Amino acid sequence: MMNIIVCIKQVPDTAEVRINPETNTLVREGVPSIINPYDMHALEAALQIREQTGGKVTVITMGPPQAESALREAVSMGADEVRLISDRAFAGADTWATSYTLYKAIEKMDYDIILCGKQAIDGDTAQVGPEVAEFLDIPHIAYVRKIDELATGMIRVQRLMDDGYDVVESSLPVLMTVVKEINTPRFPSLKGKMAAKKAVITKMDMSAIDAEEENVGLKGSPTQVRNIFAPQVKSDRKMLQGSVEEQVDALIKELRGLKCLLQ
Amino acid sequence: MLITINAEKCTGCRECIESCPYTSIEIKGGKAVINEYCQFCRTCLSVCPEGAIVEIAEEGDKQKADLSAYRGVWVFAEQRDRRIASVAYELLGAGRRLADELKTELAAVLFGADGDAARELISWGADKVYHCGDPIFEKFNDEPYAKMLTALIRDYKPEIVLAGATPLGRSFIPRVAARLKTGLTADCTALEIDKDTGNLLQIRPAFGGNIMATILCPDNRPQIATVRPRVMKRIEVDHGRKGEVVPVNAVNLTCRTKVIETLKETSDCMVNLQEAEIIVSGGRGMSNSKGFAMLEELAVLLGGSVGASRGAVDEGWIPYLHQVGQTGKTVCPKVYIACGISGAVQHLVGMQSSDIIIAINKNPEAPIFNAATYGIVGDVNEVIPLLIKKLKEGRQ
Repeated sequence: MMNIIVCIKQVPDTAEVRINPETNTLVREGVPSIINPYDMHALEAALQIREQTGGKVTVITMGPPQAESALREAVSMGADEVRLISDRAFAGADTWATSYTLYKAIEKMDYDIILCGKQAIDGDTAQVGPEVAEFLDIPHIAYVRKIDELATGMIRVQRLMDDGYDVVESSLPVLMTVVKEINTPRFPSLKGKMAAKKAVITKMDMSAIDAEEENVGLKGSPTQVRNIFAPQVKSDRKMLQGSVEEQVDALIKELRGLKCLLQ
Repeated sequence: MLITINAEKCTGCRECIESCPYTSIEIKGGKAVINEYCQFCRTCLSVCPEGAIVEIAEEGDKQKADLSAYRGVWVFAEQRDRRIASVAYELLGAGRRLADELKTELAAVLFGADGDAARELISWGADKVYHCGDPIFEKFNDEPYAKMLTALIRDYKPEIVLAGATPLGRSFIPRVAARLKTGLTADCTALEIDKDTGNLLQIRPAFGGNIMATILCPDNRPQIATVRPRVMKRIEVDHGRKGEVVPVNAVNLTCRTKVIETLKETSDCMVNLQEAEIIVSGGRGMSNSKGFAMLEELAVLLGGSVGASRGAVDEGWIPYLHQVGQTGKTVCPKVYIACGISGAVQHLVGMQSSDIIIAINKNPEAPIFNAATYGIVGDVNEVIPLLIKKLKEGRQ
């Protein structure tokens, strides 16, 4: 019997986010909110562990009240319990303050395994998972692509590295962040969709998790965003002309000129 | 907030020393004193039989004054298999520039490897190298790496710490930032010093590369950033550079994870895309895995590696390790050849800083051409075999 906690984040679909070049602000109007795609894989991993060992999957998210819809989606996939960590004071949190807040929420819960996506697609920091593990004083393994074995008090997984992978063992409890290779998230079942409609969302505010005000939200965030701007794309392109053969010849000539070819 | 011990009341009974979970109380001159490891957990307050330990509020300007205690720029130099990762040399280049601007010293931190490797870091710009050669660092486990770096930062108080935005750096550095309660900015692509305040301006892409953001960490130290590989420039190596290797000892490093084995992905061409000078990359336009066999042949001919767009990886034509882009690797080779890749922004952010980009695509409107140095409008199944043939002929 495993108690598994999955941390998810509701994010804007980044493929739709643009910057307004005149005002230098984010254009988020009409951008749909989704569960961070990596977190879907974390949830799927949790559900598979539950199917194997029995136990309970609890999904938590820190966010504004509308993040409730992400939690309902998690229930539709099969989560047993969901919690919304929400308070006005949490607004503007950077990764430090977010991790602290999640830690305070998790601290009082039972857990053997905590799962997170490797990063969120809006901030792309990949920092909250490892930071939560540090706050909880438990080990973590990042970039998990496969769970090889799960036994009493021990787990063995494959961790993706730059040039291959490591097989890593850890004692439990452990926090893991997962990459997309680990599984294919399931679709919600009809029964799940019904459950999602009826699900009771437990809401927890700052006092419920016993957090200190100076450590949450903007106040608890060591980093600040000074400004945002549109990225510059270089455009020094040269379209090659002629038949395919002439273009290939021209390309080889250019490469040779740049000393890019093996001799 | 600050916790201090009233020396007049303290009898040196050592009760508080036993109680402290962070070993932050020591006896000096017969009296207990609290050192910088204090985490303000307040455990000791109720333990003291004399009531000598008190909590006092800090003044508003106290924190500012504390920041000046932090001096120097540090680079965490990662090694794998006792070999220093190329990103470490790039960070030394960036760190050298920042340290010179701040008129301070540049130090490298090396865990594992040997003294020769440590001295090599001096040739690439470090004034000092803190080296811990303990065997515990041979394989990468987050906890000892994080504990050791945290302890060194507490001892030496650098103002800036840079590490590579590699799987290793991005995994353990967050633990250090969490423990030190300081800011950490992920995956920076540019670093500058704010002329007025001396703060580090940390520039990074966000929202899938659709925007760039400048991040500051004004009131906490050190300012920690992970930096994207292949973005910063190395300085000229100088084997005559003078510097000092400071050996440091590992203390109390516990570890609850264990690396059982390390497996390399094997292939005829290099898999580590971030080290490759030439990358031949394929997208959905390659049609199938046979298309990728063709790209591999071209990559071997050019002495390069094979990359892929997310589309091709999702189709199962090539493993995820080869994926370039927002959800894969960021690469910056001398030459990037994009074959049958349309060029979605998520792919572009992973390769647009390559020196030369060659795009081959049958759709002249494909956005990849906007990022390309050279463009060929044509069918990859026609262009690439011809390119292979001509390169082979050129060899003979």
